[in-house]
Amino acid sequence: MARRESNVVEAIVEIADLRKTYGGVEALAGLNLRVPRGAICGLLGRNGAGKTTALKALLGMVRPTSGTVKAHGLAADVPEQSLEIRRRTSFVSEDRDLYSSMSVAGIVGFAAGLYPRWRADLAAEYLRKLELPVERSVKHLSRGMRTKLAWLLALCAGAELVILDEPTAGLDPVATEELLQLLVARVARDGVTALLSTHQLADIEQVADHVAIIDHGRALLDAPLDDLRASHRRVQVVFAGEAPEIAFATRGVVSVRRAGRVLTVLVRADADGVAAEARARGAASVDVLPVTLKEIFIETVAEEKSNGLG
Amino acid sequence: MILKPNPSLGVPIYLQLMEQVKHAIETGALKPGDQLPGIRPLAEELVINANTVAKAYRELEHEGAIELRHGAGAFVSAKAHGQKLADRVRSAQPLIASTVERLRAKGLSDEEIRRLFEAELAGYGKTGEQRG
Repeated sequence: MARRESNVVEAIVEIADLRKTYGGVEALAGLNLRVPRGAICGLLGRNGAGKTTALKALLGMVRPTSGTVKAHGLAADVPEQSLEIRRRTSFVSEDRDLYSSMSVAGIVGFAAGLYPRWRADLAAEYLRKLELPVERSVKHLSRGMRTKLAWLLALCAGAELVILDEPTAGLDPVATEELLQLLVARVARDGVTALLSTHQLADIEQVADHVAIIDHGRALLDAPLDDLRASHRRVQVVFAGEAPEIAFATRGVVSVRRAGRVLTVLVRADADGVAAEARARGAASVDVLPVTLKEIFIETVAEEKSNGLG
Repeated sequence: MILKPNPSLGVPIYLQLMEQVKHAIETGALKPGDQLPGIRPLAEELVINANTVAKAYRELEHEGAIELRHGAGAFVSAKAHGQKLADRVRSAQPLIASTVERLRAKGLSDEEIRRLFEAELAGYGKTGEQRG
């Protein structure tokens, strides 16, 4: 079938062979990443995988050891261009570094003066929707409220690219859904692009259309989420006796686990090929099952580890 | 009318949306000429990516189930033979009922039967399909 797919869409973020070494430790080891404009891109990785370093390099807050980082077609390591990147990008940092004695209304007014393309209409709407106490000083906000305020500031700054680092950590499910709804609406209505670094796989599964998995400073996967879901399968093979060790020749085998009579194979391309190979080795039963993003993530990262890379 | 998809099912959300729309057409809940919700309002209501909704609509159009009229929105196609599909589904029901009965008689639990059906459906049509 002819499919007009998103691989022709312009990239708003382009990272190529990015390396960053901190005192002999390689935080980024040749990272490649491409975020299509208008996407909600989920950046997944274990703690210390290099996600935050990559985001900071993008914002010019970290100087790369080598490689290129571009956003909006501008180079992050050229000071004037980096300034322009920051003008067109908003950021919700992991530590929500808002500890002002200003009131909520005060900080919103301050931000309105700071950003030329501030969306006052949205800010008023979000203040109401998120039930933020406008008179209260920011340092007396609960963590959940501080997070909501950080989202409000990021979404109303008029930026084309919104970067969110662990943006729903510590939020209850209702607040998470509220904020994700605001994000989905901003992306749908105004063509904003979002780059979301998180451990909340459920959030990513719900709203992202593009996913990158980072481990040991490199991207192991960078693909549309639907492609990952459609191509990955778990093949569960049961043998009459002890399951044999099979060196699958089929392409795209991510991992093989053997336990007693059962062989569980995660495959990223040709599940039918794996099933056929298993049957040829005398499998008593073969089931092909869909997999969740969580399984894809865990197996992809675990496989990387067992290959001894990084 | 369109319910929230289950993101952690492992089945792409756009396929879940397509199934829902097709099911609504089959059961007659949606009739030829009926308008579907707009892409953006539906994305906001379900809190999912608008590109995902757009993809579901594109594929439904490709299959002839709906028509996308530029600027006007998405409509159930006149060719979407709702009634015929409903009949086909109804005629398949006794077949499923007898299969389920036979499996129960073999001592399989409903959960095991459901898993078998899901495995069969996930294996068929998905892995055989060419994808980029």
